[in-house]
Amino acid sequence: MAESIHDTVVEREIDRRKMRVSDEVAVQITGMNKWFGMFHVLRDIDLTVHKGERIVICGPSGSGKSTLIRCINRLEEHQTGQIIVEGTELTSDLKNIDKIRSEVGMCFQHFNLFPHLTILENCTLAPIWVRKIPKREAEETAMHFLEKVKIPEQAEKYPGQLSGGQQQRVAIARSLCMRPRIMLFDEPTSALDPEMIKEVLDTMIELAEEGMTMLCVTHEMGFARQVANRVIFMDDGQIVEQNEPEEFFNNPKSDRTKLFLSQILGH
Amino acid sequence: MSDTSFVRTEMLAEQDPPPTSVGVIGWLRANLFPNWWNAVLTVLCLAAIWYVLSGLLGWTLRSVWTAGSLSECREVMIATWGSTHGHACWGVINDRWLQLLFGFYPPELYYRPILALLLLIAALAPVLFADKVSPRFLYVTAAYPFLMPWLMWGGSIWTPVGVAAGFAVAYLVGRAPRGAVPGLVLGILSAIVWWMAWFGFPVQAEVLAAGLGEGLAAISPDTAPFWLETVESRKFGGFMLSVMIGVVAIGCSLPLGILLALGRQSNMLIVKAICVGFIEFIRGVPLITLLFVASTLLNIFLPPGTNFDIILRVMIMVTLFAAAYMAEVIRGGLAGLPTGQYEGADSLGLNYWQAQRLIIMPQALKISIPGIVSTFIGIFKDTTLVSIIALLDPLGLSNSIRADTDWNGIYWELFAFIALLFFIACFGMSRYSMYLERKLKTEND
Ligand SMILES: Nc1ncnc2c1ncn2[C@@H]1O[C@H](COP(=O)(O)OP(=O)(O)O)[C@@H](O)[C@H]1O
Ligand SMILES: [Mg+2]
Repeated sequence: MAESIHDTVVEREIDRRKMRVSDEVAVQITGMNKWFGMFHVLRDIDLTVHKGERIVICGPSGSGKSTLIRCINRLEEHQTGQIIVEGTELTSDLKNIDKIRSEVGMCFQHFNLFPHLTILENCTLAPIWVRKIPKREAEETAMHFLEKVKIPEQAEKYPGQLSGGQQQRVAIARSLCMRPRIMLFDEPTSALDPEMIKEVLDTMIELAEEGMTMLCVTHEMGFARQVANRVIFMDDGQIVEQNEPEEFFNNPKSDRTKLFLSQILGH
Repeated sequence: MSDTSFVRTEMLAEQDPPPTSVGVIGWLRANLFPNWWNAVLTVLCLAAIWYVLSGLLGWTLRSVWTAGSLSECREVMIATWGSTHGHACWGVINDRWLQLLFGFYPPELYYRPILALLLLIAALAPVLFADKVSPRFLYVTAAYPFLMPWLMWGGSIWTPVGVAAGFAVAYLVGRAPRGAVPGLVLGILSAIVWWMAWFGFPVQAEVLAAGLGEGLAAISPDTAPFWLETVESRKFGGFMLSVMIGVVAIGCSLPLGILLALGRQSNMLIVKAICVGFIEFIRGVPLITLLFVASTLLNIFLPPGTNFDIILRVMIMVTLFAAAYMAEVIRGGLAGLPTGQYEGADSLGLNYWQAQRLIIMPQALKISIPGIVSTFIGIFKDTTLVSIIALLDPLGLSNSIRADTDWNGIYWELFAFIALLFFIACFGMSRYSMYLERKLKTEND
């Protein structure tokens, strides 16, 4: 397995008061298929995400996890089936795509910060240009979220001057500045050194505690156990198993899941 | 038991390095005479440099500065040094430097190109030194493309005003519809309609004056501040002409090159095909061919009777030529950007043009600075090729100066002077590029 797996233990008590799954649907995927050329990378995906859900997606490398969550904000285009995000269907209509992208935040494995802009400019760019918020107000919002991810003092620096963990937290703050309704995470900690993973996970936990709808591709099983309300296991472009974390880890049904879990958890 | 344990009991004080490794002696030793073989090379090189310089400096400095003709120069040389060999005759520069700078531009109107040059500096300053110059100078930058032709060629001020107003109309109309493509099409169409109306019915001034009221009605379009004496294109020449063509080509080729590079990357098939075809065609053809097309062939395609200025035609050709090279340089910069930058921009909901302008281009251009400036320098020097189609750039002028019996047979002095002018300009560009690279480097990493 190529991806590094850490079972970082979440130590602190999690505040579950606002972690409530509502009946409202945030993302609805039905019968979705995607090919890269001739390669059938996602097969018949059906997935309903409710507001307030914290979903962890795991599975072996190359199973299509990234592709799946990248379809949700149209970084990848699906060929058949339907994806509805916050009531808007993803079609080739550019207006809808930009609208959905501005409401869905995304954090990448390699952060994808803009190296030619300061941390503050990274955070204010999209609010100013996409949301048309006045610069002053955007800066206030940005400082608010930078404080939240605990790096307000770095606001004037450039991304290259920050550690990996700090950069990932900036990336989270940058997404939050758009006030997204859904957050997508694509292996946010797998490019980080172990000591930095915790600070990023802490930020993600705080986000969950505030009731954010989250879809996380991650192999942080500690995070999955304690924060997620649902774990999805993918293999060969398909959803093989999904369940509550307790059941998923203690009582996996499918053989593929069992094999995967035994490999990553080492028993 | 082996004796590997060691404990230092006394710390050592800091000492000066030996004198042979620092200071002048150290530097000489390290760089020029590290061993006998390098020492021999150093001595040989110094001898060669001395040989070249002594000849060159002797020629340059032991020279004649005031003379009205080459024969007069020779007389002075014989009288002073007893031979004409190895002495420069700068008299020709003394005699003809204004012509080398301005061509046959009327001397009483020299203030106009000079003013244009000063305005050029004011227009470039806020672009080149954005952090040191007030952004208010950007108004000069915006007005310059319309002011410069008016200053150089003269005529009614309503011409540049009309052209500029056309762009304003295009901008305002282009903003109205939703979506980039209909906006672009509508904008271009409305500008064309505007220009046809403005230049097709030469009553603009009166109409405008009537529209603007009593006070303005007094203004006649052909009196002083609103009308400059016209200067014909064939009087343009010298370094002024090179700078004009160079500045226009440099200024227009960068945006055009950016668009071509983006078009080449586009997944719209026809746009891509047009851009690739254009770039490959232009790069596959020598500039001289394009200049000949500009000077002769273009007349065949234009409706008979149209008077399409030769300098303008040359400017367009040189711009297109430069743009094709620029597109490839910028494509290299675009290729150097990780895809994560596009994804980061997309995931925040920035649209295509916002992502290009705010995220992609600033980084791609930064990577491409050395290549861009090299292209600029190359293009600026290529402007001397216009002498082939009988425009009087400095090289063309040197021919016509030699055609005068006074200066028949003089070569090196003219070439040296022209080379010096070009060197100053190109060296300046090269230095600026290094300054910019250094500045951007310290800025963000
Ligand atoms: N742009 C692409 N073009 C072609 N194949 C791709 C592309 N992106 C991913 N793939 C392939 O699709 C499969 C799924 O990739 P991905 O979704 O990144 O997997 P995961 O994130 O689960 O490791 C892999 O086999 C990968 O090689
Ligand atoms: Mg992946």
